[in-house]
Amino acid sequence: MAHDKEIDQVSGTETTGHEWDGIKELNTPLPRWWLWTFYATCLWALAYWVVMPAWPLVSSYTKGVIGYSSREQLANTMAEARAAQAVYLDRIEQASLEEIVNDRELLDFAQAGGGSAFAVNCSQCHGLGAAGSTGFPNLNDDNWIWGGTLEAIHQTILYGIRSDHDETRFNEMPAFGRDEILDREQVGDVAEYVLSLSGSETDPAAAQRGSEIFAEQCAACHGEDGTGNQDLGAPNLTDAIWLYGGDKADVVQTIANSRSGMMPAWTGRLDETTIKQLAVYVHSLGGGE
Amino acid sequence: MVDQAVVQDATAKPADKREGVERSDAEPVNKKERRSLYQKRIKIYPRLARGGFRRLKWGVMAVTLAIYYLTPWIRWDRGPNAPDQAVLIDFPGRRFYFFFIEIWPQEVYYLTGLLILAAIGLFLVTSLAGRVWCGYTCPQTVWTDLFIAVERFFQGDRASRIRMDKMPWTGNKVWRKAATHVTWVVIAAGTGGAWVFYFADAPTLAQQLVTFDAPAVAYVTIATLTFTTYLLGGLAREQVCTYMCPWPRIQGGLLDEESLVITYHEDRGEPRGARKKGTHPTELGDCIDCNQCVAVCPMGIDIRDGQQLECITCALCIDACNGVMDKVGLPRNLISYDTLANVERVRAGEKPRLRLIRPRTLIYTGIIALVTLIMLFTLVTRSDLDVNILRDRNPLFVTLSDGSIRNGYTVKIINKQHAERHFTLAVEGLPGASIDIVGNDVTAADLQVDPDDLESYRVFVSAPRDSLEDDSLDLRFLITDKADGTRVTYDSVFRGPK
Ligand code: SF4
Ligand code: SF4
Repeated sequence: MAHDKEIDQVSGTETTGHEWDGIKELNTPLPRWWLWTFYATCLWALAYWVVMPAWPLVSSYTKGVIGYSSREQLANTMAEARAAQAVYLDRIEQASLEEIVNDRELLDFAQAGGGSAFAVNCSQCHGLGAAGSTGFPNLNDDNWIWGGTLEAIHQTILYGIRSDHDETRFNEMPAFGRDEILDREQVGDVAEYVLSLSGSETDPAAAQRGSEIFAEQCAACHGEDGTGNQDLGAPNLTDAIWLYGGDKADVVQTIANSRSGMMPAWTGRLDETTIKQLAVYVHSLGGGE
Repeated sequence: MVDQAVVQDATAKPADKREGVERSDAEPVNKKERRSLYQKRIKIYPRLARGGFRRLKWGVMAVTLAIYYLTPWIRWDRGPNAPDQAVLIDFPGRRFYFFFIEIWPQEVYYLTGLLILAAIGLFLVTSLAGRVWCGYTCPQTVWTDLFIAVERFFQGDRASRIRMDKMPWTGNKVWRKAATHVTWVVIAAGTGGAWVFYFADAPTLAQQLVTFDAPAVAYVTIATLTFTTYLLGGLAREQVCTYMCPWPRIQGGLLDEESLVITYHEDRGEPRGARKKGTHPTELGDCIDCNQCVAVCPMGIDIRDGQQLECITCALCIDACNGVMDKVGLPRNLISYDTLANVERVRAGEKPRLRLIRPRTLIYTGIIALVTLIMLFTLVTRSDLDVNILRDRNPLFVTLSDGSIRNGYTVKIINKQHAERHFTLAVEGLPGASIDIVGNDVTAADLQVDPDDLESYRVFVSAPRDSLEDDSLDLRFLITDKADGTRVTYDSVFRGPK
């Protein structure tokens, strides 16, 4: 390769032979130690291939002589994190719900842990902010069908509502229309009465008629004044909160066909401490009793 | 240490002292010649310069090193619950203490401001007087200078060091070389050692370091910095400035023809040439070609070749040449701080002058003044109480069973005092509002925040449905210190159904 080196007159430096619009590129000398550093990094790379996992093979990869695995490192990190949590988890396991809430440290831990468990397991129905939607109760408000104390919430999460667990919370409202207990007009009257309990009736006369049917058919569970009964899971009909909607059509639908939402039992799926944390979290959302 | 007179007499030939000035055979390392593509490093043996700039550099070295080594040991009383170290970067506690200033992580904009000031300050100085940073205060320069001083102490000046490198390994050479390197390592370890004291209580850490109780990261940091200091200051030296540092490239862009740079006055010096003592042949310029300016240059270059990337403007060549000029009885400042514009002016027969006030220096000064004012303003008006309120977005609002609307907020109160404080919380702008705070026995009438801490509260604000005309309403939180009445307000919104 005998091509003549061109030397730039001003700098005394060789040029690369490239030229753009009369501008020539200098081939400024690289210090020799830099070259050696480059060789050293090449050697480093070669050593790295041998020492560390490096090359993909068809169904596996070269493992490297020290047997490092990032997967294992992750597992270790996770194990460490779990060990760090164990201190609190043990205390939560020992403590009653009441004790957890009264211990600032445990409360903070349970709220964080419950929050993440909620996001994974509960948010699909109740929403990320636990605001619910039609048929799925809002857990932020102060209205509880089966009770909003720590214990009651805990019980609900453990065994579910109309779930397949033996201890499940269960009730069944008759489908007054479909089962022909009440005729169409009567259902409408009862609906008017129910709406009147929260001051939103449209037809006072119908509501008046409905009150008699209510006393007969509904008061047993919902109470004579319609305030419901948490032991039976009978919703309070006098407040501003409607699980299935508070329009007349919604209420008629509920009375005629009944509703029976379902929540799974979480015992067996989640461990005891997680369920406790969930109960504390849900209770702390703002409506806990 | 080494008997310099003896060493110099042995190397300097009598003929070299014709003008009563020692001549040096120093050659610039970046000579115009056929260079190989991979250049072998030419070792530089800087000779000791004597003169005003050398004295100034000793002074700057003493001051900068003193600042670096001693700062962590300055104490500053902040009362109980706070460290008494004047300058401390407390990573675990997430605080930066600087004398009377205490900076929280969310206030790093102070750091940004400082960095802007440092950068623009550097721009200003560079446009006025070239690479002042490189020549006097850059750690690379200061430590290299210190390491060269150590080298000179044990091995003598330039001539002696060159001779020593050429001579066979005798006992004398071994001990002088060893002493040099050991001293370097000790200085390097001290440098790394001083660094870690900025990150922990210095006296405690010093004790831990000697009893081997200090955290591993302290030892690793010291070891790393010891190695880099030894490598960069002792071995790599000018290679760092010439090949590794981006700053020389950037500074080139900050200079203009009115910036003061180290200038060899070619018009006066050329043609250069040796002459008999006391004579000044008219066909020669003032440069007696003694090469002293090359011999003292820590970058190993010849300033007579003109402005070069390698020149860190340490001004040592000015000292060297002035010494020579004094001896041969010619005026000083054949090499001096001057501007390219002045060189042109002199060439054109005009009077040289300095133009310090130029658009770029004015702009830099303006930015510096502006940033300084902003920083001072924020620093002076900085409160020791900070409030941050986050509104819940999911759910946006909650309808309660009695029909009223509730919004959730996370209220964070930052107490920057070193004493526990109690606050009350109230809201303004929402008729019939009531406040509930999550947690047993916490009420809006008494929120406690620990000294130098942040406390976060979940706060529910509820109001009857009809107090909201629209689906949203401006809400103002008032947080008041119960002891001294300091009040912080925070504007948020309250939302309801459409
Ligand atoms: S040329 Fe002069 S100013 Fe520049 S680095 Fe060398 S001695 Fe310092
Ligand atoms: S510029 Fe000054 S120091 Fe340099 S060779 Fe000329 S006379 Fe000597």
